[in-house]
Order: sequence, then structure tokens, then C-alpha cells
Amino acid sequence: MSGPRTGQVIGVNGNMVAVVFSDRVMQNEVAYVIVGSERLKAEVIRVKGKRADLQVFEDTQDIRVHDTVEFTGELLSVELGPGLLTQVFDGLQNPLPELAKQFGFFLQRGAYLTALDAEQRWEFTPAVKVGDKVLAGEKLGTVPEKIFQHWIMAPFNLPGELDVAGIVPKGSYKMKDTVARLKDSQGKEHSVTMRQLWPVKVPITAYVKKIKPTQPLVTQIRIIDTLVPVAVGGTFCTPGPFGAGKTVLQHLISRHADVDIVVVAACGERAGEVVELLKEFPELKDPKTGQTLMDRTVIICNTSSMPVAARESSVYTAVTLAEYYRQMGLNVLLLADSTSRWAQAMREMSGRLEEIPGEEAFPAYLETRIASFYERAGLVQLHNGGRGSVTIGGAVSPAGGNFEEPVTQATLKVVGAFHGLSRDRANARRYPAIDPLDSWSKYQSFIDGSKVRKGVAILRKANNVSQMMKVIGEEGTTIEEFVDYLKGEFFDAVYLQQNAFDPQDEATSADRQAYVFDIMEAILDQRFEFPDKTEARRFFQDLRQKFLNWNSTAFQGDEFKNIEAGIKRQLSGDERLQATEKK
Amino acid sequence: MQKVYSQILQIAGDVITVEAEGVAYRELAEIQSRRGMSMAQVIRLDGNRVSLQVLAGSRGLSTDDKVRFLKHPMRVSFSDNLLGRIFNGSGVPRDGGPSLDENMINIGGPSVNPSKRVVPRNMIRTGIPMIDIFNSLVESQKLLIFSVAGEPYNPLLARIALQAEVDLIVLGGMGLKYDDFLFFKDTLEQHGSLSHSVMFIHTAADPTVECLLVPDMSLAVAEQFALAGKRVLVLLTDMTNFADALKEVSITMEQIPSNRGYPGDLYSQLAARYEKAVDFDTAGSITVLSVTTMPGDDVTHPVPDNTGYITEGQFYLKNGRIEPFGSLSRLKQQVNGRTRGDHRTIMDRMIQLFADYRSTLEKKSMGFEMSPWDDKLLKYGQRFERELMDLSVNIPLEAALDLGWRILADIFEPAETGIKESLLKQFWPKPAAVPAS
Repeated sequence: MSGPRTGQVIGVNGNMVAVVFSDRVMQNEVAYVIVGSERLKAEVIRVKGKRADLQVFEDTQDIRVHDTVEFTGELLSVELGPGLLTQVFDGLQNPLPELAKQFGFFLQRGAYLTALDAEQRWEFTPAVKVGDKVLAGEKLGTVPEKIFQHWIMAPFNLPGELDVAGIVPKGSYKMKDTVARLKDSQGKEHSVTMRQLWPVKVPITAYVKKIKPTQPLVTQIRIIDTLVPVAVGGTFCTPGPFGAGKTVLQHLISRHADVDIVVVAACGERAGEVVELLKEFPELKDPKTGQTLMDRTVIICNTSSMPVAARESSVYTAVTLAEYYRQMGLNVLLLADSTSRWAQAMREMSGRLEEIPGEEAFPAYLETRIASFYERAGLVQLHNGGRGSVTIGGAVSPAGGNFEEPVTQATLKVVGAFHGLSRDRANARRYPAIDPLDSWSKYQSFIDGSKVRKGVAILRKANNVSQMMKVIGEEGTTIEEFVDYLKGEFFDAVYLQQNAFDPQDEATSADRQAYVFDIMEAILDQRFEFPDKTEARRFFQDLRQKFLNWNSTAFQGDEFKNIEAGIKRQLSGDERLQATEKK
Repeated sequence: MQKVYSQILQIAGDVITVEAEGVAYRELAEIQSRRGMSMAQVIRLDGNRVSLQVLAGSRGLSTDDKVRFLKHPMRVSFSDNLLGRIFNGSGVPRDGGPSLDENMINIGGPSVNPSKRVVPRNMIRTGIPMIDIFNSLVESQKLLIFSVAGEPYNPLLARIALQAEVDLIVLGGMGLKYDDFLFFKDTLEQHGSLSHSVMFIHTAADPTVECLLVPDMSLAVAEQFALAGKRVLVLLTDMTNFADALKEVSITMEQIPSNRGYPGDLYSQLAARYEKAVDFDTAGSITVLSVTTMPGDDVTHPVPDNTGYITEGQFYLKNGRIEPFGSLSRLKQQVNGRTRGDHRTIMDRMIQLFADYRSTLEKKSMGFEMSPWDDKLLKYGQRFERELMDLSVNIPLEAALDLGWRILADIFEPAETGIKESLLKQFWPKPAAVPAS
């Protein structure tokens, strides 16, 4: 039989199309629904007898019963190779700026472009010679991509030990030129290009083993790094009601986190927010490399009005690209905003398939899908002894801001850190609005655990006193209780809160956090004697003002040192003494 | 020769099923019944069984009524002739004027390529201090008014529309009370704005399904005007009715409900409409202002909740005033740095002081002692409510900022406001001007 296997549409329900086929189909293979001159990409998601159900990655308007469907025999895959950095893709890895160039303002239905430019030439430097033995995922050569040496690797799907049967000399090659030939144990030869395809829903496992993540990943957000840290190769989630600042927090992390590459997956959220990244990142300098942030970023963007089915693929596309760069020994951070939209896309499809619904109509397999996504994070040991990592941070948008809902709960089961955003903190303009008492992390901070616990204890005490004061008023508390309350509020205001609009305060290095936290610890430990509550309040107000000014000075600069001296004077009581002397 | 089907197999809710060949998904059909002609839209294909939602409702449909498929999806005519006209949810004139059938365009078209969007940067002035100072409205923003039934949300919407500097207004009314429809019409007429407005009106008395098409109609027309370089303001009231219509149809179609009976795709359905708000980099723009009434003043109800995740902020209308807490314009930072040097400071400090006023009120109501500072806050809060929050206040941004300084200066010492020295020097009103109080 020649030509592609085909089928015929027999039903349309939203973005689900039912198809009868005569030959065979494969679960999750890609198919195209042919509507007039348009070819609409779809994926097989259920097979029943001679009927297959497809989710269509496009608007299904105008599809008719008896329209032809072509099956491709391939799983939904992405292109991997040099040239991914700085790109902006949709959920199916179509480059959006290129689509705009060809089709204008609107996303034309059925218009697909390849992710990587096949014509671009890359300077290839071989790293192996004929006769060498390699494993899948090992480096065959490198090409320079932005500030990185991009590895051209033995294809991830080749089995066993491979003999290098041929390798091209140093020189400039196109994406699809053969750069190496590898012979497998069966004696079969495979030609290798700079590009390989990989199915998005299958994790890349071309490494020796996974290692437990222990090293802290510095995000330069104080409340995270100190209280609820993230580890390199770990996972974290950020649930919060609308308006609590999930996206702003993710943007801040994407700018300041200490990683090599950031993959941003904007999944089912506002287009405007992605536009801010698109326009900002090419302008912002990465202090570490001196290049723009865009140079180390890939953006996958499937915003809320784009086809729903592609939302699911967008998170998988993103994690596959992250894994690919991990294979080169790089530390990659994947930020997904928001996983709830992806879960909703699953729910929509599950409803159309008429599956028996679970809680809030989410499908029963919601938990396993979320778990297997977060499990693709990790720190791995590569064949060459080096390490690479994928860290995953997912925003969650719980309905009604209630964390008891299925997506949040399923996510909490599998992540290593929970950064719960609270509406109360957001309303009080206490940003980042991570609730320091509800949130938790299983990872270690670079600040000693016993010190951190002391800080949390004060926060808890302060919270209790503030609850009490709502009932019995300020006059009902003892001066000791009141001072604990002031200490907690002070710790919150000058350390946990951070001003994202202040060029110094928006990011705090690990050194500076450790330095400042030592002073903070001393303050929280110190016993203060105040004649009355007004005096106590005034003292902490002064201290707060000094600290806030301190936060917006450059670390260890002259001004920093001046203000620090002032803080120490106030703490040692000199200032109060001076004030009384003057009187 | 188009085939006519004259056997309706099933009528359930406002959805009918017929057996037909060669029908396209979302194609439009005409049903000729004893009650007259009605439009219907294909919402499911299953073999040769075709399900259609009947826009005029199924009441009075008979199993032998004639169904004729029109070979095209729902469309709307687009030309300058639309201006000043009023249509119903199916695009049929309800103002007695001629029906339009030139230059038909599809509704619910594809979404805008994110890489063709630009970061919004133009403020829309409304003359309402609670908006202009505290939560500026920005061109191409999608913003909603949260309110409970009984609040004056439609007058507020009309006022913003009339005072906003835009080229064109498209009003999409869903489940509008007839009085409210007349109110909008009269208000636009009085201000001479009718000639640059288009209305798609579904009133509470009209069939439910017809309301489903109102947002798509309004936005499709707005999009064409925007592409032609116009700055368009789209008003949608009330989107909760739209969501309820979605719920009704999906339940009729036996879809599994997700939350309080609403379909699982409520978020996507709402987002597909709101995301039409856009600023085209080489053409005009669409700004969307909508009303969502919250059943029981409950912001966690699925409709306001899902909407809040989609829109770029909300005005929270309560007790006839825009509440500063809970109201938010996500885009204000894009514009309020370029209006006047004191804008951001006045915005922040006045709200923080107002928050202090609220907690003082609470303290007072619990019977705790009032300090001199509390007395100042009480005085401040009352003036803030009367002179800035009241919806009848109508002054330009600059005058509102000046008024803000005046209120601060009448009550507080400069140092008590916590405002930077440099701004105090520049803006603090001269003591001579302080009236004796």
C-alpha cells in the first residue's frame, strides 16, 4: 500500500473529532484533518474498534462528516538542535515571529512552520574521532550558540554502545547535513545531523542516573531563598488567587535565578503578559554574562485564546527543550504558568470523551499526569561524568483561590517546595505575597536551618499576637508580647517583602542575604527594654526606615556601610542615649 | 439547489437534532416554523445526526419544521453603515432600519499572534478619580466591573464610555433589562455619541441562546474597525448572563458540568472573547470593558473567579462607589509613570492612609480609644470618600491630584504623610491657601 494511511471524519464535538479508519492507527500519533485547502494538526487520544478519537490543535469550524484524515505514524515531536535559544514558539513549536512575518496579525489556522532554520550554517567542531565508542546522548561535537557550546549529541533513541564510523572535519554545516555516522551493535549505520526529533511526552533518559537535589538554587528572592528554598533539579509550585502576583513572581525568578537557561511556558494565560517578556528580555542585561536575558531564554507561548488542545502539548514541548539543554551539562529552569490551564484542557477533553469524571469533573488520571510532568525535573549525572539539571516551577490558579481543589492538591503531593500566595498579603501590598507560615520546602537553604526556624518562630508569635489584638485591642497585650509582634512585623517588612521596582532591592544575592540575615537574627534575639508601647513602636519604625534605605543601596558600597553603622548604633542604644542626653 | 430537511428527530432545551448530509461544524441553518424564521447553529456532528442550537429558542418548534443549511458559519456585515445602528444577538436590526448584508465577515475569528502585540502605553482618561488616579484604564486593556445586582454598574459603564477618548463604541448587551437598553440608547443619543456607536442588544426577554453570539458579534465588528485604524471601546454587560447561557446549552447537550453546573471550558470560552482586546502595532486598538455581576457578592463564584484570571484588572463597585480595595488595574504601571511626577506617590500614599482609616473605623466600632492620629484619619477618610470616591465627582486627572494634595495638606503635617522630601517641596500646597476649618 502506498501513500499515508487515511480515515474519515464521522463526528465533531468541540475540538474532538471522531474518525473511522480501515487499516491501523497508533495511540498518540499525529494526524491531519483535511478541510478544503487546510490541514489541521491533531493527535489520536483514544481508539475503540475501528473508531479513533482525535484532539484537534486548531479551531474545528467547517469540518464535515466524510472529510479525510491522514495519519502520519509519528508521535507529537519537537525539533532539537542549535538555534532554539531566543526563540518564541507556540505550543506545537511553531516560531511565532516567523508566522507573523508570513501571515500577519492573526494566527492562521493550519499554518505550520519548522522550528529551526534549515538554511542557517553552524560552525561545527568535532569532539570524537572515527573508532571512538559513544552512548546515546554523548557529545560528538559542538557548535557555538550564543554564549554556550551547544553539543551535537548521539541521537537519544539509539540503543547500546555505538561505534563512530565517520565524523566530518571542523567546518560550517547546515542543520540537516550529516555530521557523523554511528554503527550500532547490530552493524546498522545511522547518519547523524545537528537536528534530532524527539516525542514530547517521552522523557529523555540518556544519562547515567538521577541524583538527589541538595544544592540550593538562588532565586535572589529573599523569602524564597531563606524560608522556602528551591534546589537545583528540584520542583516547586506557586498557587495563588488572581491578583496575588503569580506571574510577576515568575517573571522575577526568570530574570534573577542562578541558572544557565530559562524555558518559559506561558500556558493558557494572558497574551499581554508574554508580550512583556518578549519586549523586555531582549533589552535586559544578564549581569552574569553581560548578554541580554533573551540570549539564554526560550519562550513557549500558548495563551488563553489559542487552541486549547495545544496547551497540553505546550508544557511537554517546554520540558522536552529543557531536558535537551540539560543533556549538555547545563542547569535549566522551566517555569510553567499556569498548570491549572493545562489541567482544564485535560478536563475539557475528558468531558468530550465522556469519561467518568473525578473531583470537580477533572479526569481520574489528573494526578498521574501532573506527577509524571514534575518527575521530569531532576539533577542527573551524564555519561561524561558532568551534571545537568532541570528545575520545574509551576504556577497554579486554583478556582476561587481555594487550595483544597484537585490541581493544587495533586501538585502538592509531588513538588519539593510550596510557595502559597495569599490574597490577604496581596491586598496589604506585601509583595511577594508568599505566605511565610503556610508555605513549606523540603530543601535546605544556604542559611543555617536553626537560624531560619528562629525567624519563623517570631513570625508565628507575631501572628498570634496580632490575632489577639483584633479581639482585645493593643491595650490588652503585655509589652513583651507587643515587642514580639513588632519584631515579626519588622522582619516581614524589611526582609520578607521586597520591592520589585527598586533596582537594588529587586534581587538580593546569596552573600547579601546571609550577611543581612545575621544582623536580622541578632535583632530578633535581642531583648529590648521600652518604657511604653509608643516608644517601642517608634523604635521599630525608625529601624524599619533605616533598613528600607539600606535595602536600596549597593551591597558593601559606602552608603551601605554608613547605614549599617547607623543601624548598629541604634541597636546598641547609643542613639537613644544621645536623644535622652539632648533632652 | 439547497436541500431542505423536514424531520426534526429531537428537541431538548433549545437544541434540536436532525439527520443531514454534508453539514459543516458550526454551520448556520434557517428553521422555518409556524412562529416564523429562526437561525440555528451546528454545535455537534455525530455521523449524520446534526445537533443545532436554535437562537430564537425551541418553543413552538414542530418536528416537521423545515431546516435549511446555509453553507456558511455565523457572519456579520461590516461597513460604516453599522454606525448608529442597533441589532439583536443574531445580527437582525432591532431599530427598524434596513438589514445589512454587504461585506459579511465571520465572527469568532482566529486569535492575534502574541508576537504582533505591543506593550500598551496610552492611558484612557475617564474623569473619575478612582479610576484615573488609583487604577488607570489603559488603551487595549480588558477590564471588568465586579458588582452585585442593584449597583449602578450600567450608568458607570455608560459614563466611562462617554468620557473616554475613543473613536468608536461597540455595546454588547446580554440579558439587559429593557429599561437599561433604553437608558444606554438615550444616554448615547443625548451626548451625540450614537453616530459613532454600534449596539448588539439581547434583552432579558429575548431567547437565551441568542445571547451567546453577542460578544462574538461585537468583537468581530470591533476588530474590523480596529484593523482600519480606529480606537474602539467594547462594552459588554452582563457577562454573567453569557456564562449562564453557556451553562444552559452545555447541560442540554449532556456535558459533564465542572463547577456549580458551569461547563469545564468556561475559562477558555471567556478567554477567547476577552483576549480580543489588543493594540495592533500598525493599526487601531480594542479596549474591552465588561460587567460581571457576582451572585451573592461572592468573588469565588465560577464566573467572577474565572473572569478575574483572564482580565487585566477589575473595578469593584460596592455601595455605589468604586472600592479601592479589591479594585486593580494590572496595566496602570505602564502609564502612570508618565502622567505627572506625583501620580504614583499620591496613588500609593492616599490608599495606604485610607487603609489606615478603615482599620481606625474598625477600632472605633469595637469601642477602642481614639488617639489624635485616629481623629485625623477619620477626618481624612470622610473627605476622601466625599471628594474623590463619590461617583458624581468628575474632574480631570491633574485637578484630582491637586485635590489629593489639598486634602492631605488640610489634615496632616507634611512629615506625617510619609512622602519624599523632593515631592513635598514641589507639590505641598502653600499654607496661605489653607481655608480655616
